[in-house]
Amino acid sequence: MTTITVIDEHENPLVRAPLVEGGRTFSDVTDLVARPAESKTTRAWYLGFGVSVAILMNLVAMIGYLVFTGVGVWGNNIPVGWGWPIVNFVFWIGIGHAGTLISAILCLFRQKWRTSINRASEAMTIFAVMAAGIFPAIHVGRIWVIYWVFPVPNQMSMWPNFKSPLLWDVFAVSTYFTVSLLFWFVGLVPDLATFRDRAFKNGRKIAARVYGFFALGWHGSNRHWIHYEKAYLILAGLSTPLVLSVHSIVSFDFAVSLLPGWHTTIFPPYFVAGAIFSGFGMVLTLMIPARSWLGLHNLITLNHLDNIAKILLLTGTMVGYAYSMEFFIAWYGQNTYEGFTFMNRAFGPYAWAYWIMVSCNVISPQLFWVRKFRRSPAVLFVVSIFVNIGMWFERFVIACTSLHRDFLPSSWGYFSPTIIDILTYLGSFGLFFTMFLLFARFLPVIAISEVKNVMPQANPHHGHDHGAHAAQTGGAH
Amino acid sequence: MSDTGKTYWGAVAEFDSAAAIYNAAKKVVAAGYARVDTHTPFPIHGMDAVLKQPPSPLGWFVVCAGTTGILLAQLMMYWMNAVDYPTWVSGKLPYAWPSTIPITFELMVLLSALTAVFGMFALNRLPRHNHPIFNHKTIHRVSDDRFFLSIESNDPKFDRTKTVQFLSEVGGSNVELLSEE
Repeated sequence: MTTITVIDEHENPLVRAPLVEGGRTFSDVTDLVARPAESKTTRAWYLGFGVSVAILMNLVAMIGYLVFTGVGVWGNNIPVGWGWPIVNFVFWIGIGHAGTLISAILCLFRQKWRTSINRASEAMTIFAVMAAGIFPAIHVGRIWVIYWVFPVPNQMSMWPNFKSPLLWDVFAVSTYFTVSLLFWFVGLVPDLATFRDRAFKNGRKIAARVYGFFALGWHGSNRHWIHYEKAYLILAGLSTPLVLSVHSIVSFDFAVSLLPGWHTTIFPPYFVAGAIFSGFGMVLTLMIPARSWLGLHNLITLNHLDNIAKILLLTGTMVGYAYSMEFFIAWYGQNTYEGFTFMNRAFGPYAWAYWIMVSCNVISPQLFWVRKFRRSPAVLFVVSIFVNIGMWFERFVIACTSLHRDFLPSSWGYFSPTIIDILTYLGSFGLFFTMFLLFARFLPVIAISEVKNVMPQANPHHGHDHGAHAAQTGGAH
Repeated sequence: MSDTGKTYWGAVAEFDSAAAIYNAAKKVVAAGYARVDTHTPFPIHGMDAVLKQPPSPLGWFVVCAGTTGILLAQLMMYWMNAVDYPTWVSGKLPYAWPSTIPITFELMVLLSALTAVFGMFALNRLPRHNHPIFNHKTIHRVSDDRFFLSIESNDPKFDRTKTVQFLSEVGGSNVELLSEE
């Protein structure tokens, strides 16, 4: 093996650090990613999976109880008619956005470092959208007529009201889920072929058949790659405005109303920035343990974590800007009700929630101005948990503090969740982690063919006229 | 190669690096072969130009699908909310165009994405699990770290003996003639 020169971008900003560390070959990358799926199931996986499934069963029980009893089992009531379910919905759908950002927007910006984290992040997106979709569906009360949200003929001869942002949400979220799933599957096909071929070679017949079925007979033909790369680019181009539209439409659920604290034009960009922030928080929460358990340090390097930390710093600060701009506009607009809502938000009965939100989302990412913290998995992990907590509280603050004290003091109230609220929210994590653990056990958690494509030896001119240059820039060009 | 009655799909050779197959492909095309393809673990930059393979028409299908999505969405909302069962909500006209934009956009994206994915598989004639190339004995490494070049038997220049020999000359190993199945 050739000697490895460690390239530090910090020392010499003109030289890009390699995306794959440790002087790995193509077959090393295949081995690293495929080995966890081929080796014996570990006890840690069984333990994690068991706990997740137990929590998932709790979700099923809570939903069953809700359907048989009614939405009165939750803390939702007048004045706070939108309680935890909408908070949980926005929380989960926001988490999904980082996956699409990584797979689509960073693809269009040719950020090659995305290749080692996009697969797992896209999986995270799909599972997060699944968890999100549950909440509005069960919140309708009579779940057996949920099909009324779709434009299908029904016994009342009525159609949905297309002027309602809630209906826009139905279309946005279902499109988002479908497109994310397609994008993820398209990316998976060449890697499923890798798993198929390895299983075939090792005589694992059932695995070869199952992976082979989904690999669709892929054999890396250049004629196929031409259409494949075009489809990938088109999907990236479609997903980029899609991801921005989804959280914009989610924010319309609030912004189109006339309630002080919701009725603002800053909501769409503010929600999108928050979504990306929360999603990258969850990416770190998942990837930091996963990279050590699956032994992927050479593929998900400290440089990757460093880049994610920079995005957290940027989006966290954007969210902080939105918080302060809301206050400024409340004062500048001189609307009594809006002014009151924001003073009440920061200093009223829910001040504790507001300040948890500010310290987690605005203050904690400021650590990442320091390079040492951006490259410390321990610090990153702790901050990512803070980000998850803070972003849940952001949605809680927006939904509950605006509702609980509206125009008439006689109708003021204080929202408290019930145990069913808490267990249902907890249960959604069971669904998310069950799916993620299954994914990490059976599917390639890293986009094998995409990672190979950004390695220096993937360049057909590597080792010839400007091979040395290709090795330095760390990728094909 | 003595069984003359047998029909062959083509000849396949193995290469061990992206650079090797890139140079071999150049030589094969220069020698006048036209039905040439490469099979690689990842797309190789510039290979389309070497093999003279045309760009994908997929974008045109997607444009058509996206336009269909826009028209369908507009037609649906106009007919449902303004014709079939006119509804007046919050003082807006039964058909108020600004409120139709989000759903129009989403349906445009949905139809485009479905077309991009299924159109790509259709253009690639996938799924196909019985492609003759799977008969090559080391083809399982095509998804790992090996690069394969195929010359199909319907190429006018294809000759069972000479093509195999030529593939070895350009640096290919494990050169095999694959039967049609």
